[in-house]
Amino acid sequence: MGRERVFNAAMLLALLAVPLFAWGLDEPFIITLATKVAILALAGVGLNIALGLGGLVSLGHAAFFGIGGYAMGILASHAQNYEPLFSWPFLFEGSNQMPLIWLVAVLASAAAALVIGALSLRTSGVYFIMITLAFGQMLYYFAISWSAYGGEDGLSIWVRNEMPGLNTLDPIQFFAVTFVILCLTLWFAARLAQSAFGLALSAARQSQERVETVGLTPFKLRLMAFVISGAITGLAGALFADLNRFVSPTMLSWHTSGEIMIFVILGGVGRLYGPLVGAAVYILLEHLLGGISEYWQIFLGLLLLGMVLFARGGLIGALLGREVAHD
Amino acid sequence: MTDPVLQVHNLCKSFGALKASNDVSLDLRPGEIHALIGPNGAGKSTLIKQISGGLTPDAGRIEVLGRDVTALDTVARARMGLGRTFQISSLAMEFSVLQNAVLGALGARRARGGRLGLFRNVMKDTALLDTAHESLARVGLETAAQARTADLSHGQRRQLEVAVALTLKPRLFLMDEPMAGLGASGSKELTGFLDDLRREAPILLVEHDMDAVFALADRISVLVYGTVIATGTADEIRTNPEVRRAYLGEEELT
Repeated sequence: MGRERVFNAAMLLALLAVPLFAWGLDEPFIITLATKVAILALAGVGLNIALGLGGLVSLGHAAFFGIGGYAMGILASHAQNYEPLFSWPFLFEGSNQMPLIWLVAVLASAAAALVIGALSLRTSGVYFIMITLAFGQMLYYFAISWSAYGGEDGLSIWVRNEMPGLNTLDPIQFFAVTFVILCLTLWFAARLAQSAFGLALSAARQSQERVETVGLTPFKLRLMAFVISGAITGLAGALFADLNRFVSPTMLSWHTSGEIMIFVILGGVGRLYGPLVGAAVYILLEHLLGGISEYWQIFLGLLLLGMVLFARGGLIGALLGREVAHD
Repeated sequence: MTDPVLQVHNLCKSFGALKASNDVSLDLRPGEIHALIGPNGAGKSTLIKQISGGLTPDAGRIEVLGRDVTALDTVARARMGLGRTFQISSLAMEFSVLQNAVLGALGARRARGGRLGLFRNVMKDTALLDTAHESLARVGLETAAQARTADLSHGQRRQLEVAVALTLKPRLFLMDEPMAGLGASGSKELTGFLDDLRREAPILLVEHDMDAVFALADRISVLVYGTVIATGTADEIRTNPEVRRAYLGEEELT
């Protein structure tokens, strides 16, 4: 336990130190890269609750990432056009306030996860992968054809949304926002994994029969996990859209689902900081190798292949060995 | 109260042309151990699965504590007080022994209407830990509490299966070959333990270890090709000619 804790703290410190140095050296691009890592890691932490803890291989998490993104895009575009979203049964205006946007993103993606989960969790294994993929693609094509919000071209937001007391246009301040959210979510995910719910969910992944025999319902446990997981990934989506000041159907496509899953697998499935390690390595590779060749993903593919073949616990597993049963 | 805790009425279950349960009726009374024996493929596991809720019978009725549970699922039956142990261990292998026991205690809390926490560290919940440790101690596994379940021997896994069932404080036990994999001494220990346990809750025991069955059982039912051919005390079963012919064959029962 000790070693993994030290490693986790070091990872978090590195994520904090890099943009701080970049800030000192006046390199805003590096701060943006670190912000991207924090946001994508957040999306991965969300998926990891379903995938790592619950054993639910969802290939549809782009749906929640995209819903979060569109929650931001729609609210902000109405705010910049001064048009209310709707005026009946009550007046609902757009907003450029981050806390409100986050709340809407979390609620909308949680609601979507509830519906998608309730239907998908009746299946398991390959069928579950396929049905979550199908739901994700449904939303993707819906977004493409939804011309009111940009359709295929997506939605651009001119100015980054506001956070009370901060200047979010300053890269280091926006980074701080995402970093704090990532830390809070990691803390929450750690508590969840140790909780009674986490124990029961993890048991359901290992033996469905066992959980039923002690009188707990695996379906309910998994649905709860799926909703929490989707809500966190949705929050990440809202932040990601805010980082780019742009949201498009790409956020909903299955490539995005695959990428989020790659973060988790690369870092280590079920490891609390796995998504952070995975997202950091992914962004680093993209940045370093992407400059050399546009086919940089070949190297990513090789790395992933190596991970899956030789280090089932991902990078953290390869570095620190098997997880100790926590007590 | 001497009403049976479990009643199985005319249960039928077929897989294609195979009648795995053919008009099976049996009951389990308070304070008794009722053993279910039969050759391999007699339909014992199918019967146990129907009683625990994993399989739906084609016809017939199952009552637990006087309530018809035929339409209820495994979870509902477990919450009513049906404690089951498995022939092939279905424990959470990545967990420690203690975590498996805590999971059982958690199920019992949920059955009493408690909620599963999302924040509190479950392995620091003293009420759950007490129940878990107590159950482990009763089966003699307290020294292995921190061991990884996957590292346990087959015999220890059986003990843990029983311990988890104990945490549920069930009204009746359904035990599928709890002796399998235990050595001679372990088997003897568990026999002594089950002997006392029947006063807490009656046990429907499926077992291949005939020494244990004849030492423990108040009544024995013999299942052959999905049919109960005889039910009676150990002596009655020993001397029953039909049982001898159909099941015991060349084997001599002592």
